[in-house]
Amino acid sequence: MDIPYTTHPREDTGLYNAKVGIWLFLASEVMLFGALFSAYILLRVGAAPGTWPMHLLNVPLGTINTLVLIISSVTVVMAWASLKMNRFDRFKIYQTVTVLCALIFLVIKSFEYYDKFTHYQVTLADGTVLDGHVVTKDTNSITLHHVKEIKPQSATNTVAAPVAAGAAATAEQGGHAADGHADDHSHGERKIMFSELAKHESGRLKMSNFGPWHNTYMAIYFTLTGLHALHVIGGALVIAYLLGPGTKMWFSDPERFTNRIEVSGLFWHFVDLVWIFLFPVLYLL
Amino acid sequence: MEHSTQTHAGSHGDHHHHHEELGFWKKYIFSTDHKIIGIQYGLTSLLFLLFGFFLMIVMRWQLAWPGQPIPVIGGVLEKLMGAPASGGVMSSDLYNMFGAMHGTIMVFLAIVPLAFAAFGNYVVPLQIGAPDMAFPRLNMASYWVFFLGGVVMFVSFFIPGGPAQAGWTSYSPLASIVPTDGQTYWLVGMVLLITSSLLGAVNFLATIIQLRAPGMTWMRLPFFVWAQFVTGFLLLLAFPPLEAAGLMQLMDKVAGTSFFLPTGLMVSGKPADIAGGGSPLLWQHLFWFLAHPEVYVLILPAMGIVAEVIANNIRKPIWGYKPLVYSALTIGFLSFIVWAHHMYLTGMGTAISTFFQTTTIIISIPSVIILTVFFISLWGGSIRFNTPMLFVLAFLVMFGIGGLTGLPLGFSYADLYLHDSYYVIAHFHYIVAPGTIFALFAGVYYWFPKMTGRMMSEFWGKIHFWTSLIFMNLIFQPMFAQGMAGMSRRMYDGAVNYSAATNPDSLGGLSDAMIYSNRTISIAAFCLMIAQIPFIINLFYSIKGGKKAANDNPWDATTLEWQTPTPPGHGNFDVVPTVYRGPYEYSVPGHARDFTPQNMPDAIATKKA
Repeated sequence: MDIPYTTHPREDTGLYNAKVGIWLFLASEVMLFGALFSAYILLRVGAAPGTWPMHLLNVPLGTINTLVLIISSVTVVMAWASLKMNRFDRFKIYQTVTVLCALIFLVIKSFEYYDKFTHYQVTLADGTVLDGHVVTKDTNSITLHHVKEIKPQSATNTVAAPVAAGAAATAEQGGHAADGHADDHSHGERKIMFSELAKHESGRLKMSNFGPWHNTYMAIYFTLTGLHALHVIGGALVIAYLLGPGTKMWFSDPERFTNRIEVSGLFWHFVDLVWIFLFPVLYLL
Repeated sequence: MEHSTQTHAGSHGDHHHHHEELGFWKKYIFSTDHKIIGIQYGLTSLLFLLFGFFLMIVMRWQLAWPGQPIPVIGGVLEKLMGAPASGGVMSSDLYNMFGAMHGTIMVFLAIVPLAFAAFGNYVVPLQIGAPDMAFPRLNMASYWVFFLGGVVMFVSFFIPGGPAQAGWTSYSPLASIVPTDGQTYWLVGMVLLITSSLLGAVNFLATIIQLRAPGMTWMRLPFFVWAQFVTGFLLLLAFPPLEAAGLMQLMDKVAGTSFFLPTGLMVSGKPADIAGGGSPLLWQHLFWFLAHPEVYVLILPAMGIVAEVIANNIRKPIWGYKPLVYSALTIGFLSFIVWAHHMYLTGMGTAISTFFQTTTIIISIPSVIILTVFFISLWGGSIRFNTPMLFVLAFLVMFGIGGLTGLPLGFSYADLYLHDSYYVIAHFHYIVAPGTIFALFAGVYYWFPKMTGRMMSEFWGKIHFWTSLIFMNLIFQPMFAQGMAGMSRRMYDGAVNYSAATNPDSLGGLSDAMIYSNRTISIAAFCLMIAQIPFIINLFYSIKGGKKAANDNPWDATTLEWQTPTPPGHGNFDVVPTVYRGPYEYSVPGHARDFTPQNMPDAIATKKA
């Protein structure tokens, strides 16, 4: 006995096996990302008032990436439709665009990541917080440019006061986002000696880039977008495989091949859909 | 398969030639046949079951005779584990490690893979009349990802610092600040195990939805298939949040994030060097969002096995098949909204506690319906007391005890007192050990003839049953008393420090009887270990040396798995079966025999022999 309904739909369900499989899989993916979004909500609601960082990300780049993914969602459907119309040549063009879109998305995303890893925040011994992008860094100094300076002030301190040493950075970070006291020396470079810096109780310098360790916002940002990027890579690999070595099935079993394109397309739509939620939640709100 | 359709383009259906070609590795190791994969899952998870049991045996020694060197294996443990077992004595660290890993291994590496993956893989496609699972290669992948997860968990015992030691629940921040790498291995292992069960769940659900044989309508499915169907949905939807939580805790561990680490966290009297701002409660919510449905993942397949064995051995239909199915579906739905009854003590608020208390008490209704259906089914049956049936009858009583003792834990005010005591241990072990594990034993004895063509020894099966039943109860019954007397489940010295004997001047110390019952429990546990030897020998000896099964259907059963050749070949059925009737048509008036297989048309069923 062979396994039935690998290509043709079963009458009472109207679906072939792989389509049932991918929908079930997507249901579990909804729960996976749903849990992370819930974590985002809980962390944000639980943050001390005024400490949740906002507008840290580059909205124009995020918008471009959103458009890139929307375009790829269109081309992935067009590729499937082309196969349905027996236009293999067009299928190849559309799927190439899809894979290119995935690559563009990942390249833009990695620029955004790079920006966060070179974005530093240091606290001087007098409590002043300096915020800027690193130019050079050596064993005893760091040079930042586009430096914003946030003087310690009472409003920030009331938030920071009951807070243990390690969390001060979060509060100060929030201070700079929430109030207007930041001085913007946008174009100047500033060299800061490590000896000028304040220290944590553990002896570590109060200096941190905006990696996932910086605060819970950066943590959820990197976790959500990182997991999403892994999905983009996975989806792009499958689509690229079905565009390269996988195409030989088109010549032996075209209907099943078309189904594969449909199933990989469903996954790709899901990946795009996740981004449609990620973009406003992380960039705009 | 693609290969075969290319080479034998003209000869559809003739695949005997094809499967003869498979070598040893393809046939038994990297097999895509659901029956081989089921057996692989079965053997692996039985090994882990034994290993998890062994961990507890060592812990039981420490609880009964705290600080005494462990006999026989103390020296071996010292060699393998180093400092935590120095002098062959179980240190508090080692106790914590074994405790955490006992829970993890029993739940995620033993019971779930045995109940869901092993029996499900072997039996479900046969019972629905399918040639295989919907995605055979995915099936192989899920076994090997599971295996890898098991390897990671096992290897973590031998790394410096040992395995995870923050309990099977791995509550943060405790789990995140233990300075060893064990927790990281635990998290990586969990991510692999979760991935494996997700792949498995997708496969099971797609198989049940798509590959039912002609005539196999939903209400003709054997209850075991229904149980696996609901279980599949639980795994599919409840496991991903734990995967997310695992990823976040992994980030806390390796990337220095603070998802679960609160602001102001002190470690060993010093402020922790972290950003802070995280929420320890978030971990508990995400963990229990999985781990409560997980309880039903543990019990539903067991109930499925119980239904099959009961129907077969009472020789009449299950009373109330539809209530059974609807109850299973209701349990599946409700199990997603009861999770926070594990968290009454976290201070999440009385309003939320009341909500979860209400849903928790409601979910006991379908569970009681299921148990009632089984009990009423026994009424008026001509019961065959063979080994599988004995285990199943014991299941009914043991699960009843486990279920009823759960009610006080569901009420938030009673739980305040009983929380984290031995009462909780006794309650859920009654459900899982003499409950689920007995049902799994029943499943092994029941389906063994289909897998091998031979019967397991009835005599040794009955010895295995009676000794296991007695010792299980001697182990877990006194724990109710210990828990109600106030003994906490986490004391590595058997709570000697809290005994009335150690603290003669303070009120509420544990009485001598409570401390002493640690020893009777431990001795019963050692005896339970010995009681498993007949089973192990019986299982392996019977593969080659057991009595030959009389025919393909030695239990005179109705469901489709018994209407195949023994053992079923690749592709299971010689011809696609057509289903004419419900799953449990035993003793139908006017039929020639007292069982009517699902694929037997009326014309043949009524013909006199």
